[in-house]
Amino acid sequence: MAGTAAIDGAVDGTRAPRPVALELRGITKRFGPLLANDGIDLTLHRGEILAILGENGAGKTTLMNILFGHYTADAGTVRVADAAGRLVPLPAGRPRAALAAGIGMVHQHFTLAEALTGLDNITLGTEPLWRLRRRIAEARDRLAALMARAGLTVDLAVPVGTLTVGERQRVEILKALYRDAQVLILDEPTAVLTPAESEGLFSVLRALAAQGLAIAFISHKLGEVAAGSDRVAVLRAGRKVAERATAGADRADLAALMVGRAVAPVRRTARPPGPEVLALEGVAVAGPDLRSRLDRADLVVRAGEIVGVAGVAGNGQAALARLLFGLARPRAGTVRLQGRVVTRFDPTEAIRAGIGRIPEDRHREGAVGAMSVAENVAIEEIRGPFQRLGFLRRRAMAARARGAIEAYGIRCPGPDAPIRLLSGGNMQKVIIARALDGAPALIVAAQPTRGLDVGAVAEIHRRLLEARGRGAGIVLISEDLDEVFALSDRIAVMARARLSAALPAETLDRTRLGLMMAGQAAEHGEAQERGQDHARARQPA
Amino acid sequence: MIRLEPRGTPSRSLALAVPACAALAALGLAAVPLMLAGAPLGRAYAAMAEGALGSRFALSEVLTRATPLILTGLSAAIAFRARLFNIGAEGQLYGGALAAIAVGAGAFDWPAPLLLPLVLFAGALAGAAMMIGPALARVTIGADEVVTTLLLNFVVLLLVQMMIEGPMKDPMSMGWPQSEPLLEAATLPRLMEKTRLHAGLLIALAAAVLLHGLMARTVAGFAIRAVGESPPAARFAGLPVGGTLVAVGALSGALAGLAGAGEVAGVKGFLAADLSPGYGYAGIVVAMLAGLSPLGTVAAALFVAAVFVGADSMSRAVNVSSYIANLIVALSLIAVLVAGLLTRYRLRRVGRPAAGA
Repeated sequence: MAGTAAIDGAVDGTRAPRPVALELRGITKRFGPLLANDGIDLTLHRGEILAILGENGAGKTTLMNILFGHYTADAGTVRVADAAGRLVPLPAGRPRAALAAGIGMVHQHFTLAEALTGLDNITLGTEPLWRLRRRIAEARDRLAALMARAGLTVDLAVPVGTLTVGERQRVEILKALYRDAQVLILDEPTAVLTPAESEGLFSVLRALAAQGLAIAFISHKLGEVAAGSDRVAVLRAGRKVAERATAGADRADLAALMVGRAVAPVRRTARPPGPEVLALEGVAVAGPDLRSRLDRADLVVRAGEIVGVAGVAGNGQAALARLLFGLARPRAGTVRLQGRVVTRFDPTEAIRAGIGRIPEDRHREGAVGAMSVAENVAIEEIRGPFQRLGFLRRRAMAARARGAIEAYGIRCPGPDAPIRLLSGGNMQKVIIARALDGAPALIVAAQPTRGLDVGAVAEIHRRLLEARGRGAGIVLISEDLDEVFALSDRIAVMARARLSAALPAETLDRTRLGLMMAGQAAEHGEAQERGQDHARARQPA
Repeated sequence: MIRLEPRGTPSRSLALAVPACAALAALGLAAVPLMLAGAPLGRAYAAMAEGALGSRFALSEVLTRATPLILTGLSAAIAFRARLFNIGAEGQLYGGALAAIAVGAGAFDWPAPLLLPLVLFAGALAGAAMMIGPALARVTIGADEVVTTLLLNFVVLLLVQMMIEGPMKDPMSMGWPQSEPLLEAATLPRLMEKTRLHAGLLIALAAAVLLHGLMARTVAGFAIRAVGESPPAARFAGLPVGGTLVAVGALSGALAGLAGAGEVAGVKGFLAADLSPGYGYAGIVVAMLAGLSPLGTVAAALFVAAVFVGADSMSRAVNVSSYIANLIVALSLIAVLVAGLLTRYRLRRVGRPAAGA
């Protein structure tokens, strides 16, 4: 197969020198005191896939934004190959120039108009405004040819809002190809995909590279870098610290390069589960869409165990989380907390009942950005121990915050600093300090490490395992399969607002979980129900 | 081409200097329309300063004007802190004035120590009642309070006109549309002889100090700040978002109502449709100039009052329209908004790229 041969060639750069498609030299960008990019050199060849690996804040996105003209570099040059293959400088700070030079970008958050069809989204902006007739048939033919060539299919005749996330991403890729992109940049492309969709994406990228496209994708996941790239450039703290051929690179080595030190993987030790802390029996939550709906869920969580809830984003995990956070009330079914049936569903009750809550969106729900670290630590108990006769006990709040800062190694200017100044990892540590304070019997963690760097992830995993060790029951809702497998004693899957039975982690592998996440198990409804009964029967009473 | 790029956190001194500079810039910018009007600039500014600060009487007038502005400024500041956009202070002010007349013009013949608090309380209560409705509508059905409160202003103004031309009209007013006067016992004592300055100023200052304490030191203030900054986070943390908004609405309305009662009980003595030259709307400017800080509101109200009083003198001295005051106040609001932008972002000149496209 031609595609495979091309990739083999690219892995071993010396054997087949390829024309350069894009060249970055000495890119430097400063934001105030922060050096976001520090003299970065990168070369991207036609027909290869380059992974840009780095933690949050390593400067990956800044670099891509400079490339695409959203930011202007303080120093350095970007050169792109023109039609004849000569490298010409790219005018800085102009997205239009980047587009014209054949750079296509697929953003992490898609830039599609949901009410328009895929076809309209793709042709939007490519046609002169004053032409009366649109050449729709022509565009459709061209897109059909593009789809056939790249091996990707998507229905372009329906509104984008009705497409799945994976399909929308394909529309974005087609949008770039339609504009004759020679260089395709993807920012965290797999963040929203199922494992199967990710594989599909990478096979599309491989086919495109085989046709001579230069592709770069940004990632902080080692697994997909290993699976999907020919070459990997590692960024850390704004600098390029390494560049390797993917084939010869060691994962632990790459992780250490990315973080700047060796990262010890967390170890979960066997622990017999204790009494039931949470039970859902036929619990349903009403909601207008899949995201906020939960259909008749059964789940038992015992003391000292972590139950992972895996699933693709938007399949009802939010409804489950909101129910346990006290933000949604069930339409049907019974919720039992430590043996007592829960009758009141509001956040205050959940806090009072001793549920440690880690919300999915730390900026939106987890913290009030403009308020201080101390205020955010105290906010859940502000009407409890942190007030006297309605007046705030500032000193008690500051003392609690200092304790949390010390215990969790939170890097911040001090308890009085607005929490929005903290990095994502440190903000999450504040939220976790708040959630774990007072040794809650049940912890509900929704996407606790989303978007965090490797160091912060390890720290948060350690904290959750520590809480498990002292006997907390933990519901871990996560889209990150590595995380689910690393932490969970049992794993359930959410697909189409249905919660599967929680099976022992040892009996599952990624393939099976991937199938369940794609909702395929749900199509054999009866078989699944029997499976659930079976699983329940196997669990110790 | 010029671009905006975010800066780091603005320092505290910058936060204080910005509104002051914006106010000065607005005064400076006023030179443009003054020149266009053909006024001699030196004399115009001198007359303005003289008229606002030049005498004991001028100062008393500034303080008198600042009194309702402090209260309506606080009304806007506290509501805006909770992101409850109460644009109805003008109507609430008239509502408060109407209530003050209703209880103070003879309905209760009580001695002053009882009647005066009753009059002020009635004014605050009326203002609060007027704002509770829009706040509830916002919390329950999501009705935009900007629209409801703004439109209520006109409803209340028409109600006031109806009352002072009808049931509440003073038979001794020789046909002028105005209410019966307050009883002597219901009026606020003067603070200075032969001026209009009254004890309402002390009430306004006390309100500013109390509100500052409320916001900085109490659980209620904590909830207001949290709800204003991030309703989802406040709700997640178990704070009563809807209840806080309604309570803030009531407090905001009460402050504006108190301003109205204070004007009736301290300055006019009766209610007429020209009671307020837009104190309610100016309160929004005052609050914005103050960066929504209760203590800053006092300073901002003094500035705006001084501009109004000074511009009155200036218009007499150099023969320009006194509307120049409105212009300066508006310019200062624009200046403070631009300055606020500049404290958060820096301007960067982006050189023209070498290659054209």
